Amino acid sequence: MNLKSVLMASAFAFAGTAALAEKVEIEFWHAMGGRLGEVVNEIAVDFNESQDDYKLVPVFKGTYEETLTAGIAAFRAGEQPNIIQVFDAGAATIIGAKGAVIPAQDLLTNNGIAFDANDYISGVRNFYADTEGKMIGMPFNSSTPIMYFNEDAMEKAGVTPPKTWEEFASVTAPALKEAGYTPMSQSHMPWIFTENFFSRHNLPFATNNNGYAEGETKILINNDAIKAHFTSMKEWIDADLFGYYGTGWGDNAKPFEQGDVAMWLGSSGSFGGLSKTAEFPFSATYLPYWEGVTSEPTNTFIGGAALFAMEGQPEDENKATAEFFRFLTSAQTQYFWHKETGYVPITNAAYDLAKTDGYYDRAPAAEVGIQQLTLPEGEWTKGYRMGFYVQIRDVMNREYAKFLSGDVSIDDAFATIEEEANKLLARFAKTQG
Amino acid sequence: MKKVQFSRPLFPYLLLVPQLSIIMIFFYWPAAEAIRASFYLEDPFGFGSTFVGLDNYRDTLSGSEYGRVAWFTLIFTTLVAFFSLAIALLLAVKADTVLRGARSYRVALMWVYAIAPPVAGLMAILLFDQRLGPFTHMAQFFGWDFTLGVNYWDTATAMVIVSVWKQIPINFIFFLAGLQSIPRSVREAALIDNPNGLSRFFSVTFPLLAPTGFFLLIINITYALFDTFGVVDLIHKGEPGNNPVTLVYKVFLDGFRGGDLGGSSAQSVILMVLVLILTVVQFRFMERRVHYN
Repeated sequence: MNLKSVLMASAFAFAGTAALAEKVEIEFWHAMGGRLGEVVNEIAVDFNESQDDYKLVPVFKGTYEETLTAGIAAFRAGEQPNIIQVFDAGAATIIGAKGAVIPAQDLLTNNGIAFDANDYISGVRNFYADTEGKMIGMPFNSSTPIMYFNEDAMEKAGVTPPKTWEEFASVTAPALKEAGYTPMSQSHMPWIFTENFFSRHNLPFATNNNGYAEGETKILINNDAIKAHFTSMKEWIDADLFGYYGTGWGDNAKPFEQGDVAMWLGSSGSFGGLSKTAEFPFSATYLPYWEGVTSEPTNTFIGGAALFAMEGQPEDENKATAEFFRFLTSAQTQYFWHKETGYVPITNAAYDLAKTDGYYDRAPAAEVGIQQLTLPEGEWTKGYRMGFYVQIRDVMNREYAKFLSGDVSIDDAFATIEEEANKLLARFAKTQG
Repeated sequence: MKKVQFSRPLFPYLLLVPQLSIIMIFFYWPAAEAIRASFYLEDPFGFGSTFVGLDNYRDTLSGSEYGRVAWFTLIFTTLVAFFSLAIALLLAVKADTVLRGARSYRVALMWVYAIAPPVAGLMAILLFDQRLGPFTHMAQFFGWDFTLGVNYWDTATAMVIVSVWKQIPINFIFFLAGLQSIPRSVREAALIDNPNGLSRFFSVTFPLLAPTGFFLLIINITYALFDTFGVVDLIHKGEPGNNPVTLVYKVFLDGFRGGDLGGSSAQSVILMVLVLILTVVQFRFMERRVHYN
């Protein structure tokens, strides 16, 4: 083959790809690894097959933190994807950066797609909205911390899952320990034992309406109720009533999956994965609460992540993004996502579909997350919005770990968190000025 | 002697342009950018950028955590540099005297160098795993309740062991080459004068190895300060928590994970100054004591 024919052949090859690439292609950066990533790819295939005009390309970018960092770097270089998945702790960062994202609500209405906030379940509606209640991010994988339990272990110990922490300490944990189990572990102290501790007990978490209002926010973490909770946690750990395996999510989940730990506080979104890995019958229930703090426990915050449509893309690609959002929020897609992963359905229609399909009769544990999110609301249970929150969570993890290993006192630990968090919040407020 | 001179005065500069431009683009420009960014407070997406003077430096240095990180970095660097040099020297001295199978013995000691840091980190995670790690079991056998990721100093121990292990081969190669360049006549003379192996080593071999040792000391300090990033990152498994953090890793955590570019830039400028001081001190004061032949 001479040079000329090689050139001809490659020219044809290019022409060929050009002809195929008539579809508008949009890129979607996400942080869904493992089984979750497979489901995202299935949704992308379904979307691409459902119409002929658009093509969605999902790209796995690592952890939530890594995905946000990659998105920021790409945005600064003008190479941003059309859609990026940003987690709860990064919400203030991306929503605060006015001009980085097109509000999901505007994107939909501008492209002629009907939007009504009331279609979304109550716990989901507010978290990714701005001060006026406009939805900025499209909730995607919404979860909430729930308590999983090993049914064999509970039976062996002759106990039921505890409703309150008082019950856990006096009845459940000693019985489980007696039966040869480590009674409990949890996978995320800032999320489960801090943010949702405030929500479950309806306590204010930050000034400025939990940070949603404009201006400089201060964290209200130095609170006796949560300090008492962590003091108890340390006592339980020291008495072998609680397992603490470090900061890593998996390090704390694994002992439960392997049947050594009887109860595990994790994400409702872990349900899909657990169903595949756990070799024992398990179920789930609400997060326990302290009867001494409140007699009327409230709902929890949603966690997980939302999808943000990034600015600076051509009109036809924005249209494609809007169409994908429409596809994603349809009852069928939401039900599929809910069933495969355990993340809660974000619309009432999808929830109803799951109910009428009899899904919860077959898998009652799958409903716990959404039930807990729709428990009675309190004044402080809509969510929180704090900048540089990834760092604040890191400070919490560090100080909690120091306290649990006996390096600092409970008062010092919380004073440090309060001081450093407020310093970070003040710095963030300056960047927003 | 006749001087070689270019007829056109600009020509030599033209020849220097490729190298100078590489230095400018990859070293001076980023450094200048870091210094500039350290005086600004910026939102992560780069919309609002406010000049804040020395605030970033003040915030960094007044934080309780920064002192702890600096202290850990000092301990970590000292331990890593000391143990990787000492063990490599011991191995080199022993390998130098091996007569049979010397080559395969040396290769066995060098191959670790070919392992990429991430692979080393992954191996460490398996070795030190809380539940399955052989090292963890061994430590428990001796009554040490080793918990990676829970106990600060246990995690630090794992980091030091992996970092040292990773650095021994390169030190070994240099020490061995240094030993072999010591003239046979000198060694034989020493052997006649002093039958005690240990004292012969410290009075003859060690001083003659000083140039190699000095060079390696600098290499090892920079290694422990900067190149252990991969090991630290993997042992953290994405969650810093209460795990030990080195100064370089904190720059990454605050800047990339936390999105605080101003604060992170201030930290990297502090680090730049530290390295500058270190270099000056090392060359000014230590080189004088080292005898190059």
